[in-house]
Amino acid sequence: MDFDYSDDQKFLKDEARKFLAAHCDVSVVRGVLDKPERAFDEKLWKGVAEQGWLGACIPEEFGGLGLGRVELCAIAEELGRAVAPIPFASTVYVLAEGIMAFGSDAQKASILPRVAAGELIGCLATSEGPGVVGPASLQCRVEGGKLSGTKIPVTDGDVAGVALVLASEGGRPGLFLVDLTGAGVTRETLKSLDPTRSVAKLTFAGAAAERVGDAGAGFEIVQAILDRAAVLLAFEQLGGADRCLEMAREYALGRYAFGRVIAGYQAIKHKLADMYVKNEVARSNAYYGAWALNDDAPELPIAASAARIAASEAFWFASKENIQVHGGMGFTWDVDCHLYYRRSRQLSLVAGAPKVWKERLVSQLEQKNAA
Amino acid sequence: MDFNDSPEEAAYREKARAWLAENAAAHRAKWGEVKPNTPEHMAAAKDWQATKASAGYACITWPAAIGGGGGTPIQSVIFGQEETKAGLGYGYFTIGLGMCVPTVMAFADGETKKRFVGPAVRGEEIWCQLFSEPAGGSDVAALRTRAVKDGDEWVINGQKVWTTGAHYCDYGILLTRTDPDVPKHKGLTMFWIDMRDAAVECRPIHQMSGGREFNEVYFTDLRVKDSQRLGEVGDGWKVALVTLMNERLAVGGSAGPNYREIMKLARELSGVAGPALKDQSFRDKLADWYVQSEGLKFTRFRTMTALSRGQTPGPESSIGKIISANQLQELANTAVEMEDQYGVLVDPDQAPAEAAFQQSLMWAPGLRIAGGTDEILKNIIAERVLGLPGDVRVDKDVAFKDMPTGR
Ligand SMILES: Cc1cc2nc3c(=O)[nH]c(=O)nc-3n(C[C@H](O)[C@H](O)[C@H](O)COP(=O)(O)OP(=O)(O)OC[C@H]3O[C@@H](n4cnc5c(N)ncnc54)[C@H](O)[C@@H]3O)c2cc1C
Repeated sequence: MDFDYSDDQKFLKDEARKFLAAHCDVSVVRGVLDKPERAFDEKLWKGVAEQGWLGACIPEEFGGLGLGRVELCAIAEELGRAVAPIPFASTVYVLAEGIMAFGSDAQKASILPRVAAGELIGCLATSEGPGVVGPASLQCRVEGGKLSGTKIPVTDGDVAGVALVLASEGGRPGLFLVDLTGAGVTRETLKSLDPTRSVAKLTFAGAAAERVGDAGAGFEIVQAILDRAAVLLAFEQLGGADRCLEMAREYALGRYAFGRVIAGYQAIKHKLADMYVKNEVARSNAYYGAWALNDDAPELPIAASAARIAASEAFWFASKENIQVHGGMGFTWDVDCHLYYRRSRQLSLVAGAPKVWKERLVSQLEQKNAA
Repeated sequence: MDFNDSPEEAAYREKARAWLAENAAAHRAKWGEVKPNTPEHMAAAKDWQATKASAGYACITWPAAIGGGGGTPIQSVIFGQEETKAGLGYGYFTIGLGMCVPTVMAFADGETKKRFVGPAVRGEEIWCQLFSEPAGGSDVAALRTRAVKDGDEWVINGQKVWTTGAHYCDYGILLTRTDPDVPKHKGLTMFWIDMRDAAVECRPIHQMSGGREFNEVYFTDLRVKDSQRLGEVGDGWKVALVTLMNERLAVGGSAGPNYREIMKLARELSGVAGPALKDQSFRDKLADWYVQSEGLKFTRFRTMTALSRGQTPGPESSIGKIISANQLQELANTAVEMEDQYGVLVDPDQAPAEAAFQQSLMWAPGLRIAGGTDEILKNIIAERVLGLPGDVRVDKDVAFKDMPTGR
């Protein structure tokens, strides 16, 4: 039984926390929040690339560090704590992990070294409007290697160099790699709940598209990529939820009402205890997800779903109750509570809402128990 | 990040499994299907405990010299898992071995320890915990049972309540008030007592679940020797804290159907439109229960990891009972509602799953109270884990006899 980070992994996590404390304090986050024209913090992005985090799990032959997935989980947790305003998830969890799992040798050779070096940002384009993405509703089409249609919203779509796009080809869904700087691509930046993570509308009119993985397997491939991303996102959510609990605790210990610190009032104490319980449930499920991801275990779909559900719930609860504990201060722009409230919504939706993952979990359990 | 056994753990698990395969079957063959709450059930439990003790599988973490298994906390967890899988495990010894006897071991003299530990490990003698009173449950230190010194003896008068197993127990640890003129925590003293003494009267209480597992216990001029005292006079609270700390480790295991059983039920029953398993509202809840149960299971794995790295688990383990007790209540209720009109039936011969859900529904309220209520456990997390201040204490520095009291 060894169900925790190893000493080396803890060391890496501590180093990541120190780096982010130095290079991603809230002024960096607010630098993006307060300036609508900025999609992310370029300086932090460069620093993160220099740390080797972008290529943490990319094999050394492609310019990465060749570390395990648990190491990446540790980094993700710290990025979540810091609400880092960078396109890390789109680039690392989705593009790099997706290409490593499903890309051809040529795709690996062209994409991975550029990701590791911090030269290429990626994104995933599946949604085409409000509601759940389904096989029947897919409007984007690829014909003769040319993509047409609209994807909205696409996280980091305005800053990415390439996109993984879900589109139908000959009536069957496929996943396609598209150069967003090439001809036939129009992008429009959109307003979002969490301005520290940018979103765009991508319009394709005959853009060159290269298939990733098997023809017709688009939905399965996207789901497999999302399973992997879900675990990593769960660690970001956990990091954010932990930070909310810390903020609420610190504030409650310093704020007086009716002659004593509000942290002494049981309604507040129990609220923080509830946050703690949810965070621990999320942490334990996230660790299981980390194990399944790292070992490429057949349990990954179930483990990823559980990790994502628990983490979404924990971060939502912690981020909203953190504001409540801060009272009127918590509702102001200048206090940081809303950064986490926004990010909790962004992370909950970016890879599909909790209800979608609950359904995925239950149908997996059904299959498992039927077999 | 690996939740497989280490090679040593795997070897221990193999050994335990092999032993259980042989002995659990033999035990079942001998006792058949004994009904709970009967003398035969108790006899079977004692027999199983003795069998385990003789092989070093009872009280695994205690030194072999006093009758334990001389093993590690992980080994104890592993054996517990395998024993549960083998469908065995009787509840009678949990309070004694989990809470009372460790307190005796910590505070009694060598002679007393020698006298009691071995028989308890072998299941020959059962212990109960006599703390709660009508005047003090969550606030244990508000208890009123008086112990007055008389020469080399103490004379005890008063009443305990909700004492699990008092009616079949041989010995108990008893918290009393020896000085009402000082603040409540300072005037307490702990003793061990013989439950068969004529001055101890036990009246089983009828629980809302229908069972009669706990009791009122009355003491009328019960005389105990000063040598039966555990800890110093006036130091009873310190002694009680040792018991209560162990309580958090002892309770918390889930006690009823979980997501697997309700899933099975939902597959079999019809819902609002199609099988109940297809009801979207049910699927949402099922996902939440799965995530909570697994979260709890993996939290235990994290605790085991901490143990194996030589750390001691802290009050964090309080989260276990909060989650499992509340989940049991909600899950049981959902199952009962799923049976629709039929859900009112508790008859094991008629109801699906032998009415296990109905029975759990009636047991869950007790689980949320026993061993610390939800509210008290949240206070523990808030104060001991998160370091928040204690509640306002209007009884602080007030002599016990001047404390406000109500119901
Ligand atoms: C099945 C079962 C078995 C038991 N077995 C034993 C046993 O073997 N030995 C033994 O000694 N006792 C036993 N108990 C007693 C148990 O420990 C107490 O019932 C429990 O501690 C609660 O005390 P109480 O019943 O007096 O409730 P009270 O303390 O009166 O509580 C009533 C309500 O007030 C709340 N409350 C109390 N104090 C606070 C506070 N500070 N902040 C917020 N809310 C508060 C409680 O949470 C609860 O909701 C058992 C109880 C049950 C149900």
